[in-house]
Amino acid sequence: MSADPQAAVVSTAGTAPPEGGPTAAVTSTKRRAPSLLVLNIATIFLGLGLWWLISLTGLQIPSPVEVLLAGIDLAASGILLTDIVASLTRVLTGFLLGTALAIPVGFLMGWYGWARGLLEPWVQFFRTVPPLAIIPLAIVLMGIGEQPKIFVIFLAAFLSCVISTFQGVVQVDRTLINAARVLGAKDGTIFARVVVPASTPFILVGMRVGLGSAWATVVAAELIAAQQGLGYRMQQAQIYYDLPTIFVGILVIGLFGLVMDRVLLAIESKLTVWQERR
Amino acid sequence: MNPAEQTLTATDRKIQVRDITKHYEVGGKRFEALGGVSLDVAENEFVTVVGPSGCGKSTLMNILGGLDEPTSGSAVVDGKEVRGPSPERGIIFQQYALFPWLTVRQNVEFGLKTARVPADERRRTAQHFIEMVGLADFADSLPKTLSGGMKQRCAIARAYAMNPSILLMDEPFGALDALSRVRMQEHLLETWEQDRRTIVFITHDVDEAAFLANRVVVMAARPGRIHRIIDVDLPYPRTEDVRLSPEFTAIRNDIWTSVYHQ
Ligand SMILES: Nc1ncnc2c1ncn2[C@@H]1O[C@H](COP(=O)(O)OP(=O)(O)OP(=O)(O)O)[C@@H](O)[C@H]1O
Ligand SMILES: [Mg+2]
Repeated sequence: MSADPQAAVVSTAGTAPPEGGPTAAVTSTKRRAPSLLVLNIATIFLGLGLWWLISLTGLQIPSPVEVLLAGIDLAASGILLTDIVASLTRVLTGFLLGTALAIPVGFLMGWYGWARGLLEPWVQFFRTVPPLAIIPLAIVLMGIGEQPKIFVIFLAAFLSCVISTFQGVVQVDRTLINAARVLGAKDGTIFARVVVPASTPFILVGMRVGLGSAWATVVAAELIAAQQGLGYRMQQAQIYYDLPTIFVGILVIGLFGLVMDRVLLAIESKLTVWQERR
Repeated sequence: MNPAEQTLTATDRKIQVRDITKHYEVGGKRFEALGGVSLDVAENEFVTVVGPSGCGKSTLMNILGGLDEPTSGSAVVDGKEVRGPSPERGIIFQQYALFPWLTVRQNVEFGLKTARVPADERRRTAQHFIEMVGLADFADSLPKTLSGGMKQRCAIARAYAMNPSILLMDEPFGALDALSRVRMQEHLLETWEQDRRTIVFITHDVDEAAFLANRVVVMAARPGRIHRIIDVDLPYPRTEDVRLSPEFTAIRNDIWTSVYHQ
C-alpha cells in the first residue's frame, strides 16, 4: 500500500492540505496530547486578547464584547438563525448533490479507460475555472433564486471530490486486485470488496476538500445575489458600515466550517482505522 | 528433456510449461523477458526456481497463475491450458497482498465468501487454517498490527483455505529477517510433508532453494530461460542436520555456481 491520500489529492487538486497532521501526532504520542490542548486553548485566549487590544487602538475594529453583543442581538431577532439555515441548506444541498455525483463518476473514470478518456479533459478544464467565475453565467442562465447558488456550490464540491475519488481508484494496489482474482473474485466482487474499500480514504479526503470549497463558495455566491444567508448579511452590513455584524458573520462561518470539517474528520478516522499511518 | 522426466505419465504431470516466451514493448523496443521456457512439474513435487534478478521468475509465475499471458507457448495445468486465475492455483505474493481493511479472519474468509461457502462452514475452515499458521490469537487483528512474518502466515492461510491443488509462491519470505525466514521454511515444509501439495516456489536465496526443494530450477537472464535443473536428493524431513550436512553443502554450492557463474 502506498500513497498518502492527502498528499496525492493535494498535489493533484492544488488545494490547501486538509488538516490531518495534528490529529495523527496526537494519537501517536499520547503523552503530548494534554499539553497540545492547553496550547490550543491558550492561543485562543491570546488571540482574543490581542483582538481586544487592537480594538482599543481606535482602528475602527469592534471589540470582542461589541461583536458578542451584536451576535446576541442578531440571534435574538431570529435573523442569525434564518441566515445560518439559509446558508447551511445551500451548502449541504450542493455538497450532497456534488459528492453523490462525484463518487460514481470518479469510480467510472478510475475503473474504465473510456470513461476516463471522455470525462477527464472536462473535469480538468473546469477545475481550473474558479467556481466563483461561473456565478455570473449561472445567474444569467438560472435567475437569482436558489438554483444558481446551489449549482455553483454543487460544482465546487463535485470537482474537488471527483478528482480524489478518481485518484483513489487509480492508486488501488494491482497486487490486491490480483490477490482477489486468484481467490476467485470477478469484476463486480473486486469492485465492491477491493476497489471501494481501498479508495475510501481518498474519497473521504475528497469529501472534506469538497465541503471546504462548498462552504467557501456559498458565502461568495450570497455576496453577489441573495435575500438571506450569512454572506448576504455581511454584504448588507458592509453597506451600513456595521462592522460588528460583519465580524459575527466571519466568526459563524469559521466556526461552522470548523465543526463540519471535524465531523468529517471523525468519520474519516473511524472508517480508515485499518490504514498504516507513518 | 532428461529420460527420467519422460517416464512421467500424463497424469503425473501437474504442470506443463511448453516453450513459453514473453515479450514486452519497452520504448518501442521489444524486450524478451522469457525466451522459450519448458518445464514439467510432477504432482506432489516441491520445485524451487532461482535466478538472477530480472531473469523472468515473476513473469513465469504470473503466467502459471493466469495473471499474465505468454506471448507464445502455453502453460498447462492438469491437462488444461491456463486461462486466467483460478482458486485451484493459489498464489502467495512477496508483498503479502493482504486486504488491509479486513481482519486476519476476514482475509482468510475472503475467497470462501467469493465461492459462497455458507457462513458457519466458512468460519470453521478459516479457523482451521488460522490455527495451522499459528495466528489464532490474532484472528481478529488488522494486518497493520502484524509483523511481516505474521502477515505472510496469514496470506498462506488465506491461500490454503481455498484448498488449491497448486501453490505458487513468489519470493514469499523475501522480506523477512533471517530467523523468521528459517522458521517459515520449516513450517512450510512441515505442512507440505503432510499434504504433498504441488508447490512452485520462487526465491533468489540459494540456501532456501536447496533446503526446500525436490528439484531446483536455475534460470538465466537475457533472455529469461532455464539454465539448469538440479535434483536435490536429500531426505525429508529436512532437519537442521540436513541443513548442516556435507551433502546439502555440496548441492547448495552446485546451485550457487550455476546461478552466479552462468
Ligand atoms: N510490465 C512490464 N513491462 C516491461 N517490462 C517488464 C514488465 N514486467 C517485467 N518486465 C521485465 O521483464 C524482466 C523479467 O521480470 P521479472 O519480474 O519476471 O523478473 P524476476 O526474475 O522476477 O526478477 P526479481 O528477482 O528482481 O523479482 C525484467 O527485465 C523486467 O524489467
Ligand atoms: Mg520477481
